[in-house]
Amino acid sequence: MSAPLAAPPAAWVDTEPGPVALLRTALSRIATMCLVELQKLRHDRTELVTRAVQPALWLIIFGQVFTNIHAIPTGNIPYLDFLAPGILAQSALFIAIFYGIQIIWERDAGVLAKLLVTPTPRVALVAAKAFAAGVRAVAQAVVVLLLALVLGVSLTANPLKLLGVVVALMLGSAFFCCLSITIAGLVLSRDRLMGIGQAITMPLFFASNALYPVELMPTWLQWVNHVNPLSYEVEALRGLLIGAPARLGLCFGVLVLAAAVMITIASSLLPRLTR
Amino acid sequence: MTSSSDSTAAPAVRCTGLRQAFGDTVAVDGLDLEVRRGEVFGLLGPNGAGKTTTIRSITTLLPAPPGTVTVLGRDVARQKTQVRRLIGYVPQQLSADGTLTGRENVMLFARLFDVPRRARKVQVEGVLEAMDLVEAADRPVKTYSGGMVRRLELAQALVSAPQLLVLDEPTVGLDPVARDGVWERITRTRAETGMTVLVTTHAMQEADEHCERIALMHRGRVRALGTPEELKGAIGAGRDGGAATLDDVFRHHTGDTLDNDKGGIRDVRAARRTAGRLG
Repeated sequence: MSAPLAAPPAAWVDTEPGPVALLRTALSRIATMCLVELQKLRHDRTELVTRAVQPALWLIIFGQVFTNIHAIPTGNIPYLDFLAPGILAQSALFIAIFYGIQIIWERDAGVLAKLLVTPTPRVALVAAKAFAAGVRAVAQAVVVLLLALVLGVSLTANPLKLLGVVVALMLGSAFFCCLSITIAGLVLSRDRLMGIGQAITMPLFFASNALYPVELMPTWLQWVNHVNPLSYEVEALRGLLIGAPARLGLCFGVLVLAAAVMITIASSLLPRLTR
Repeated sequence: MTSSSDSTAAPAVRCTGLRQAFGDTVAVDGLDLEVRRGEVFGLLGPNGAGKTTTIRSITTLLPAPPGTVTVLGRDVARQKTQVRRLIGYVPQQLSADGTLTGRENVMLFARLFDVPRRARKVQVEGVLEAMDLVEAADRPVKTYSGGMVRRLELAQALVSAPQLLVLDEPTVGLDPVARDGVWERITRTRAETGMTVLVTTHAMQEADEHCERIALMHRGRVRALGTPEELKGAIGAGRDGGAATLDDVFRHHTGDTLDNDKGGIRDVRAARRTAGRLG
């Protein structure tokens, strides 16, 4: 070999890392894995656009029709304005919920085993996937929001609120991405995961405030809505984007907690995939 | 905790009474194995013999009871992170990321192993050069041939200067030229770095050519152990009366042939997937 390989410092291999070293490694690894996810996205830009087609259709067709027939009472907010944040959250959910399939694909391709044999905390691998799901959601959100502007939805131009939108989307995506990885870690097969993914996405979506106000739901559905993180994501997005009344503190609190809990659970189940 | 003097004297790998079962299926059944430092050690056997389970235990992917598996003196159950720092691992499937370029793939592993920022670029170039991938380094890996992907994976595994290189079926699905290319680079790197190489294969002829010592696994246990010459010498003549081959050795110890495929559907699927990705 032309250049001799530098051996790792002896200190690394003579002790198990303590909590501080572990945290530092985890943060550096999350950054590394996020960088890789960004590189992958850069090499495959068409995907970002094609994924925006479905939410665009929801907005154009469903949104226009339901605005015209005035079927859903949304107070003094036009229905299309009410719907746009819901569609953002929905499209983020649809991207994130299939990340478990990607993990299973990586398992089948040997990629996961190879990563698990590196000195990388499992939480970093999971957090990077969560981050990637968030980046895709944000990229899609840009397309959907531009379309919403064209359709005449009045959106905020406040940069701080837009930053809040990004954060809410990233947190929501992190939760659903890790939920998907958790299910992957439990069922271990692509087919079963696809089935479960499809079985839970629609209920999550319909038992949320994405399409209609909570007050229209039957009581039992309102209860589901209260424990559905998607609703808190939508509420935050709606408050930030179109100035609808929103409990932003509560929403972000729930989203942070939900994402943290789900990242933890997903990381503990990840090694099951390579056994 | 093992002291460093113990670590330097300890073998590269030691398995003591290792047992791994999945439900009712016993994959590894009381395995005793010792891989010496600096040797090229071959773990041989048919699909389903327990090779991959053994490799998974050694590489920390599969939990092993404390005290049953050590890597360079470190217990894989208690000192996982240390063990992972010492291992370079190439799984059976072609596992490089097709959407990234070759260089990005290697750079990722340099980062994951904390190769210092200053040394990173030089080291990445070094392994790419050693694997003859400099020209292709900026192309997406999905344009690589099977042999090139395998060499790229070796580059990924070597960029952290591992003391133990673990290769699971490194030449499965490769054509003879690519196969030789892979072995040539493994041998050369081993000569230059003095690292230990642990390789699983069911290609008897390759093991005969490239491994210094061989353990023959069958139904979760080691049935024979030694240099290829010792193993062949011990059984005398081969089946057709000529010089014994490792195939004869295998048949002698197991009363079975290698073609007899006992692999589970998962093994078969994995092999087919690998073949599929090779085109």
